[in-house]
Amino acid sequence: MAIAPTPRPATPTTYRLRMWEYLLRSWRPYFASTLGEALIAPVLYLLALGLGMGSLVNRNGTAALGGVPYVNYIAPALLVAAAVQVAMGESTFATFARFKWNRTLWATTSTPITPAQALDGHVLFIGTRLLISSVMYYLVLVVFGVAGGPSGLLMIPIAMLCALACTVWVLTLSASIDDDGPMAFNILLRFVVLPMTLFSASFFPITQLPWSIRWLAFFSPLWHGNELARACTLGGLSWPQIAGHLVFLLVMLGSGFLMARRRFTRRLVI
Amino acid sequence: MMIVAEGLTKSFTPKAGDTVHAVRGIDLAVPRGEAFGFLGPNGAGKSSTMRMIACTSPRSGGELRILGLDPDRDGVQIRDRLGVVPQQDNLDEELSVRENLYIYGRYFGFDKKHCWAKADELLEFAQLTEKAKAKVVSLSGGMKRRLTIARSLVNDPDLLLLDEPTTGLDPQARHVLWDRLFRLKQQGVTLVLTTHYMDEAEQLCDRLVVMDGGTIVAEGSPAALIATHSTREVLELRFTPGTQRDAEPLAHELVERVEVLPDRLLLYTADGDETLDRANQVGIEPLSALVRRATLEDVFLHLTGRSLID
Repeated sequence: MAIAPTPRPATPTTYRLRMWEYLLRSWRPYFASTLGEALIAPVLYLLALGLGMGSLVNRNGTAALGGVPYVNYIAPALLVAAAVQVAMGESTFATFARFKWNRTLWATTSTPITPAQALDGHVLFIGTRLLISSVMYYLVLVVFGVAGGPSGLLMIPIAMLCALACTVWVLTLSASIDDDGPMAFNILLRFVVLPMTLFSASFFPITQLPWSIRWLAFFSPLWHGNELARACTLGGLSWPQIAGHLVFLLVMLGSGFLMARRRFTRRLVI
Repeated sequence: MMIVAEGLTKSFTPKAGDTVHAVRGIDLAVPRGEAFGFLGPNGAGKSSTMRMIACTSPRSGGELRILGLDPDRDGVQIRDRLGVVPQQDNLDEELSVRENLYIYGRYFGFDKKHCWAKADELLEFAQLTEKAKAKVVSLSGGMKRRLTIARSLVNDPDLLLLDEPTTGLDPQARHVLWDRLFRLKQQGVTLVLTTHYMDEAEQLCDRLVVMDGGTIVAEGSPAALIATHSTREVLELRFTPGTQRDAEPLAHELVERVEVLPDRLLLYTADGDETLDRANQVGIEPLSALVRRATLEDVFLHLTGRSLID
């Protein structure tokens, strides 16, 4: 061929970044719409739930919320929940399609890129998307005056950690299912993610729930994320509590990441 | 040697079901610059073999060396020098034609400038320059296939693997594709392809193996295979479907080998016209008769007793 190959100082990191680059490029047509959504959704939530419904809540007293206005109470949780939503969007149908419908992951792993590196690229890409959407959400909270002080910035990495901890397990699922994909995702979103969003101290403290169901929150990554994010703006957690929440999310992320790597390899190397 | 295999096997166990022995011990040796074909019906083990050669599927047993390297240990290094055209297109339909080539070049670690230049060069090769900015989803089947082949060339591979490159294409699109593959062959690229089309194998392959049931049942150049496993000519006698059986005993008296197809008899002979005369003399009355040269289809029929495309 006419064009001579140039030297390629490719390392495993190069390959991970190339996978990431591909995913960014695929996302590009949707960039404007996702940014628009990332701004409009928080505004709607803050107006409706924070100010609208909040005015009713505040009238009855907010001692159970730690004595802060309702909008301040839910703001950190909204940010974390939005991050989890973004992560779900990317790790369910979008990733599954690359295995099953357009099969582009099979094309990727015919190159020097390994399935494990492809997974790394996915996590990197989802992390990038989470960073962008969480920063946007944070800015909206700043405009509404509910972002707390400088420590409120820490909500961004916390939301990312929480969403990534969920995402690696959903990536594991996406790499494991075949024809039953859409059904599995519908079950996941309706019967796992939705209840998790409602009962993880997003909109009310779990102390309002009887113990018979309250304990479920301890296993919800979103609850751990919410508690940490809220501590960034409102305080109220001891260091051991903070450490406990962090350890839960980090263990979930680490174990899920290893599991996803194994599943990607098992799916693509047959 | 680009590919050396000895006693190569592949077995797998589906989630529900018994272990499938897709490849049951095959030996291969493909030298540089050869166009080598795997010919066989669906389920013969061609694609499983191709995946092992492509280093995306570990072998179950036997020896395998690709480009002198061991796929189990040096998979990354081997894949870096391979071009792969899968049976099913797996292009990114939402990206443009040019972007598909660009991204694939990036996967191999090339810098951006090189990848764009290479993309343009390959667009020309695949006669897709006018479609550069179109999304892949808008391409015809033949164009997608050409793009997949162009994509497999982004790294100037030493070895190009094509799994059923023209299956599902119309005749015209197939000829365009063959022309492109022929050019690659002339440039000295080693081609390995699977096919269940006889004409494709005869057009493109210097040498081929016939696979059936996971084993190699014959090997040689198309001409040598025909010479060994068939007569020079074939007399085809067509009948109303079903009535061909009535003429079968008579046909057996004329030639040594007769194959029975649903609507015709195939008589294997050195001289088709002479055999036709004798057929008329003994009172066989076909609807029509045709004398043709033997093809790989006849070789396959002879070796397996089955037609290639059921």
